Amino acid sequence: MEHIRTTKVEQVKLLDRFSTSNKSLTGTLYLTATHLLFIDSSQRETWILHHHIAAVEKLPLTTSGCPLVIQCKNFRIVHFVVPRERDCHDIYNSLLQLSRTAKYEELYAFSYNPKQNESEQVKGWQLIDLAEEYKRMGVPNDYWQLSDANRDYKICETYPRELYVPRTASKPIIVGSSKFRSKGRFPVLSYYHKNKEAAICRCSQPLSGFSARCLEDEHMLQAISKANPSNRYMYVMDTRPKLNAMANRAAGKGYENEDNYSNIRFQFVGIENIHVMRSSLQKLLEVSGTRGLSVNDFLSGLENSGWLRHIKAVLDAAVFLAKAIAVESASVLVHCSDGWDRTSQVCSLGALLLDSYYRTIKGFMVLIEKDWISFGHKFSDRCCQLDGDPKEISPVFTQFLESVWNLTEQFPQAFEYNEAFLLQIHEHVHSCQFGNFLGNCQKEREELKLKEKTYSLWPFLLSEQKKYQNPLYNPDFSPELTLLEPNTVSFNFKFWRNMYHQFDRSMHPRQSVFNLIMNTSEQNKQLEEDIKELEAKIKQRNRRSDVVLVKEQERTADPAPVALKSPPCFQKEQPPMPVNDAVRTIEGSNTADNRYSELVSEFSKAEPAVVSLEYGVARMTC
Amino acid sequence: MEFAELIKTPRADNVVLHRPFHLAVEGTLCLTGHHLIFSSRRKDNTEELWLLHSNIDSIEKRFVGSLGTIVIRCKDLRIIQLDIPGMEECLNIASSIEALSTLDSVTLMYPFFYRPMFEVLEDGWSSFLLEQEFELLSSVTNEWRLSCVNKEFSVCPSYPPLVIVPKSVDDEALRKVALFRQGSRFPVLSYYHKKNGMAMMRSSQPLTGTNGRRCKEDEKLVNATLRSGRRGFVIDTRPLTVAQQARAKGGGFEQEVHYPQWRRIHKYIERFNILQESFIKLVEACNDQSHNMDRWLSKLEASNWLTHIKELLTAACLAAQCIDREGASVLVHGSEGTDSTLQVTSLAQIILDPRCRTIRGFEALVVREWLQAGHPFQQRCAQSAYSNSKQKWEAPVFLLFLECVWQIHRQFPCSFEFNEHFLILLFEHAYASQFGTFLGNNESERAKLKLPQKTMSLWSWVNRPEELSRFQNPLYEANSLVIWPSVAPQSLQLWEGVFLRWNRTSRFLEEAEEERINIIKYNKELQAKVNALRRQLAELETDGQVQEDGP
Repeated sequence: MEHIRTTKVEQVKLLDRFSTSNKSLTGTLYLTATHLLFIDSSQRETWILHHHIAAVEKLPLTTSGCPLVIQCKNFRIVHFVVPRERDCHDIYNSLLQLSRTAKYEELYAFSYNPKQNESEQVKGWQLIDLAEEYKRMGVPNDYWQLSDANRDYKICETYPRELYVPRTASKPIIVGSSKFRSKGRFPVLSYYHKNKEAAICRCSQPLSGFSARCLEDEHMLQAISKANPSNRYMYVMDTRPKLNAMANRAAGKGYENEDNYSNIRFQFVGIENIHVMRSSLQKLLEVSGTRGLSVNDFLSGLENSGWLRHIKAVLDAAVFLAKAIAVESASVLVHCSDGWDRTSQVCSLGALLLDSYYRTIKGFMVLIEKDWISFGHKFSDRCCQLDGDPKEISPVFTQFLESVWNLTEQFPQAFEYNEAFLLQIHEHVHSCQFGNFLGNCQKEREELKLKEKTYSLWPFLLSEQKKYQNPLYNPDFSPELTLLEPNTVSFNFKFWRNMYHQFDRSMHPRQSVFNLIMNTSEQNKQLEEDIKELEAKIKQRNRRSDVVLVKEQERTADPAPVALKSPPCFQKEQPPMPVNDAVRTIEGSNTADNRYSELVSEFSKAEPAVVSLEYGVARMTC
Repeated sequence: MEFAELIKTPRADNVVLHRPFHLAVEGTLCLTGHHLIFSSRRKDNTEELWLLHSNIDSIEKRFVGSLGTIVIRCKDLRIIQLDIPGMEECLNIASSIEALSTLDSVTLMYPFFYRPMFEVLEDGWSSFLLEQEFELLSSVTNEWRLSCVNKEFSVCPSYPPLVIVPKSVDDEALRKVALFRQGSRFPVLSYYHKKNGMAMMRSSQPLTGTNGRRCKEDEKLVNATLRSGRRGFVIDTRPLTVAQQARAKGGGFEQEVHYPQWRRIHKYIERFNILQESFIKLVEACNDQSHNMDRWLSKLEASNWLTHIKELLTAACLAAQCIDREGASVLVHGSEGTDSTLQVTSLAQIILDPRCRTIRGFEALVVREWLQAGHPFQQRCAQSAYSNSKQKWEAPVFLLFLECVWQIHRQFPCSFEFNEHFLILLFEHAYASQFGTFLGNNESERAKLKLPQKTMSLWSWVNRPEELSRFQNPLYEANSLVIWPSVAPQSLQLWEGVFLRWNRTSRFLEEAEEERINIIKYNKELQAKVNALRRQLAELETDGQVQEDGP
């Protein structure tokens, strides 16, 4: 690779991010075409994908070497000290180049090969079939039909080819409406609730300015409300703060005037824009990354970042949406400005609250494919897949995952998937290892020929779904299509430590109930198998020994007292189910490297600097 | 005094009970000497609520026309509301409750009247004797002795009759040391770390005063815990400035010149009135559901509660670290040695000693380090977070300890034999109980009240197998290691089981917990079955072999 000047540096130190005593590991740093790899003296490996690197920083030279700090999109922060400045400089420059990709074709997904043949690759991409999903929802039906209007991406480039609209919405209405909506994103079906016959529709803001109207658009909304036989009025949810929406009017955009649209109930829900969210996350990370943080600085930092306030706003909006459908049987049209950020959040979360299918592993994949990927959430821009405008970066999808995590915390038995699943998806949204999230919209993905040149993430996740299953999941928790009603009082929202400190093991519980339950549940399945097997063997034996016994009794009247002999097989018998120490004691997604005993020995090695007693001030670092 | 005199209206009908997350219920309210009893009359759904008067923290009455409303705030933080028709009845009931919930004589408290409905298998009053503790200690070291210098509480009123002290120090010296320590609380053994023979002692502050008084016997006593050539650490739970100011009032701290082998560390832990304020603020914040996110977080911050938790855990970790890692002996004290000192010494033991993480061991710890060590429960737990009394004796010192244990429990969920409910139970009973365990401020008061003879011990009840099973942690697996918790703010959490208990429905969380337990139970059943089948098969196989190899 042209960018790599140095491929291996020895005697590099990896500092513990939160240690006040400069605890460190020494090892060798390797630079490959795709990864940065650190192997410490005890052969533990830390892999960092170049695409995961959000920022590289070279700090001023110190006596022990040249510090290099790497911030990753999965919130890992590594702090290396490279002995020689020249090596550090080389690595720094290489990483700058490698982490900023100019062309899609240079992304990892185009070189990643999971050793699948072509048909497996094709099958992998077919795993999630949105046409199938719409059928599951119950469309097309008497009210909704598939429209071919966007078959060639002529009406809206950022929408998928296949769109569902009310039967009464004719092509001219669609075309007219699309001309009155930002980026041509006219109202289309996102989710259909077959019991309530109500729909979640999505679009972008109307180009209403201060007074403009569009008859076709008005007809379009009317068509949507008429497509719902159980309720005449419909909600229009503008997910932006009112002030932002009003400001947009000056630019010829804006929001629906209730006077012009019949039977609509208009509602702002006040979710902030991508720029606010970006800086909010920035603030959150600054706070959580502080060494020796006090509780009050943490709480006030959490408050000032506004992060949990935003998560609550997103979830509150989703609850409003879901209730409108489940309680009032009213259809809801959701939009924000362009209809690909906040709209995706609210529509997908709303559907997740309404439909238990999306709380299954497969269903969640479908949900992401539908509301995020197909409807053109700009993954490439938001996750900075290519070297682009930093102002386009925003943690919109991360917020979606965090909202789902909050729900899993409140309803521990309602979800088939676990936290690890959410974290893994987050990992791969940024890894650019699979084709699913590349690009900004379906049209772009087709042009990139992703289905031929890259692999889909979903079969990969399904193949290791054991890791992502929630052992507490109860499929009967909520019957199909019953509403999940989360409590959104502020105290229910917690800082997602396992996301933002995923790699800071010292902050995690040292023993994980979750892993323990998961492994026990897995073990239970195995034990059930064992029992079946043993029972079969015993049956077989009994049959055989019956025969023998009969013969035996015929031969001798005095069989040896079996009970007094020590059965050789019994001695050979394996110890009753090995008590899996590893299972009981460790926590973490990386089960292999986190044995409890090791953790303890690690602490003891860190001695004696853990407490700086010299100054009469104690600082705990463990 | 007859309780009947205090009960102006013993019974009211058509009372409506409101509780959060429950439908309002209509029924009859009865007042007895110790209980407020509400029973609904509906046949399909008979419900009874029994509330100890001593559990009532404050009551408030309001009137709308002739309908009176009484809001009762309990020490376990629950809030209930009773609508009582008739102004006079309502006023009578309110004033009766007020009188009954603020009885000033201990001997009128419910534990003196409570008659247990269960068979006592083991008298909890004699379950945890220091003699037994000493026996265990003597099996590993002979450097300590059991002293009865405080027989009949003649030396230190807040110490138990028996204490463990270094063997080389005689009772005469102890009496002299007692004169040099506030409240006569001379240094005694709190914990002996078998692993390396290091000891943790606790005491009150030395009475050095402004002229730097010293006491040779005191120096000898604390030095007796040191190995030759080794140093020890004094953990003073006050900041240096406070310790210095204490000299003006006759108190003080161990000065380097007189204690050259000891290094002093000041690790500030908040005093009781500040803690009480913090407790009140936290509960206020948790009870207001209308807070937006910013307000909630800033209220949580302003309460300082989690800061206290972090400080306390840090101090305990520090003490544990000195003992386990530095291989040094430790002396812990603040001023009186009855509050922050006990928090630190007991938490350090949770970290260091696996025995304290068992149910029995934890009970023993509470008895030894809190009850016998003279934490003034009666003063500290007289009122809870809804009090407006300005007595300034109250403080959630014990609750903070329990919460710290909970925080460590969360980080090491498989290392404790007991579950969260056990900790909540202790919180409840420390504030209001039918048992005599937490009455009185020290052993001397308990002896005077004749509690062991006249009341039932909490341990007698809780250690019965059928009760115990509710408090067992199914994930428990004995772990002989020292457990170091993380004290990073990101690792600490609000104790929802106590503070949000009445503020939200926890049905889904409870069901999930049940499911967890089921998975573990099922696992044990399956393992037993597999083992049984294996044995059966093995026997059959031997059987078969014997027969096949037979004559």
